[in-house]
Amino acid sequence: MLELKDIHTYYGLIEALKGIRIEVKNGEIVCLIGSNGAGKSTTLMTISGITKPLSGDILLEGKSIKGISPHSIVRMGISQVPEGRRIFPKLTVRENLEMGAYSVVSDQLSVFKKITTKNLQQTTRNKESATQLEKVFELFPVLKERHKQLGGTLSGGEQQMLAIGRALMSEPKLLLLDEPSLGLAPIIVSKIFKTIREINREGITILLVEQNARAALKLSHRGYVLENGRIVLEGKGEELLNNEQVKRAYLGE
Amino acid sequence: MLIVNYSSGISQDIKNLSIEYFIFASLLQNVISFCYNLYMLLQQLINGLTLGSVYALIALGYTMVYGILELINFAHGEIYMLGAYLGIILMVFFTAIGLTSYSLSLSLILTFLLSIIFCASYGFTMEKIAYKPLRKAPRLSPLISAIGVSIFLQNYVMLTQGATDKVFPHLFESSTVTFLSVSMTSLQIFIILTSAVVMVSLRLFVKNTKIGKAMRAVAQDKIMASLLGINIDTVISVTFIIGSGLAAIAGLMVAMYYGLVNYFIGYIAGIKAFTAAVLGGIGSIRGAMFGGLLLGLVESLGASYISSEYKDAYAFIILVIILLVKPGGLFGKAELEKV
Repeated sequence: MLELKDIHTYYGLIEALKGIRIEVKNGEIVCLIGSNGAGKSTTLMTISGITKPLSGDILLEGKSIKGISPHSIVRMGISQVPEGRRIFPKLTVRENLEMGAYSVVSDQLSVFKKITTKNLQQTTRNKESATQLEKVFELFPVLKERHKQLGGTLSGGEQQMLAIGRALMSEPKLLLLDEPSLGLAPIIVSKIFKTIREINREGITILLVEQNARAALKLSHRGYVLENGRIVLEGKGEELLNNEQVKRAYLGE
Repeated sequence: MLIVNYSSGISQDIKNLSIEYFIFASLLQNVISFCYNLYMLLQQLINGLTLGSVYALIALGYTMVYGILELINFAHGEIYMLGAYLGIILMVFFTAIGLTSYSLSLSLILTFLLSIIFCASYGFTMEKIAYKPLRKAPRLSPLISAIGVSIFLQNYVMLTQGATDKVFPHLFESSTVTFLSVSMTSLQIFIILTSAVVMVSLRLFVKNTKIGKAMRAVAQDKIMASLLGINIDTVISVTFIIGSGLAAIAGLMVAMYYGLVNYFIGYIAGIKAFTAAVLGGIGSIRGAMFGGLLLGLVESLGASYISSEYKDAYAFIILVIILLVKPGGLFGKAELEKV
């Protein structure tokens, strides 16, 4: 589904990604582990089009998405939950979720579409986005309870649920998750990981970036280890869990 | 003795009478002067409200652009000035082709619509040419660019329209409505009502529409907004278009109200509206509305009760006081974020 080919990304003069090759197949959970500053978040931001790679190519289902603007990439089916959740604190929970469906609804509302498409088609699309909201509420009932509250008033765990729910609103094919467990209590972390598996079972492919290597590798089908902007290891989740190098560096054994 | 008694009796009477009269008269005088003061106050409140609505309309443009780009658009006052000029040009044109004598209200509506469209396209173009290329530059660069646009537009208008005052064509007598001896011209009522309608609809727009919500989202976190599929460029353009449209309305109404316009009016109006926006808490739409109204009231009350010489200074005195007490402005809040 997604293929990164020899991606080089720079921040000014600093080379953050030094030729990254990653492949994510349809229906997989793939995790990217590595220490601080290894280039994990940069990889996700490069996929989403926020930072532009200097060379290399990014293919989504065989088509290059390199250099395409971030909002168009969302429309092509890639959604990201960035590090630190970044929910809109002064928007209500519901409004936050509506923003997640921005690209979906905007297709219906654009004047051109309104003229060209039949009304019938529109109502079905409207229904679709309504059911998507219901699906998210089903996945995270706490969000339904708090839908009128401002996003900034939620607890850390609830904010993470909101961030994931918001990313799901655009009905993505591929979900990029950046450190979903960061700063959360262990109980909440296991709940979030459970939800990630559930989302994957619904047919959404997941690329996960985590510091919590053990939990991430247990969850994932395959994994990549990133060090200083380079992929140093790759393999199945269990293989990496048992790898001596990974054990020493990331699992603390 | 008798005479003396008699006379003293009369004088006593007169004295009593005069005391009563005096008390009554002074009471009456107090009532009259109170009524007069009240009348003065109400009159000044209405003048202040008129002025304040105009400031508020301009301040909204400052605050919306700041909310989204953190840029103080110093050229915003110039858009207001362009609106005033366009009003005059269009009205003169409509008079020349005879539309005003056919239907005055139709020509007024057309004038409003066309100046809004013109000013909105000026605002749109200004952002694309002067600010968009500098979006990733240090914050000082777009600020300097804004001052450049401001100087350019002033001189452009001066060269094409001349440096002398232009007069808004005198096409209608503004009738006066008197209520409890406080008089309001129909133009004042028009200005206050139009501003109120425009501000309420803006608030509903930002609160309820999809693009309005996207504007708030972009103001809070641009990168996140684009990760959700929001086109940042569109949202920024819409912000400039709306802000410039509001400035056009303000400029036109001022041209009608004062009847005189020159190429320099955007400067002081812009600075005052910016003050109003800071007063209310820059970035806050509610703040700009209240800040504008407060500024208008302070200015007109100060001019009538203290001295009209310092008319332009009251705005800044209030600004200094508010910033000392509440540095974020009236509606600006210290932001708390949960991590």
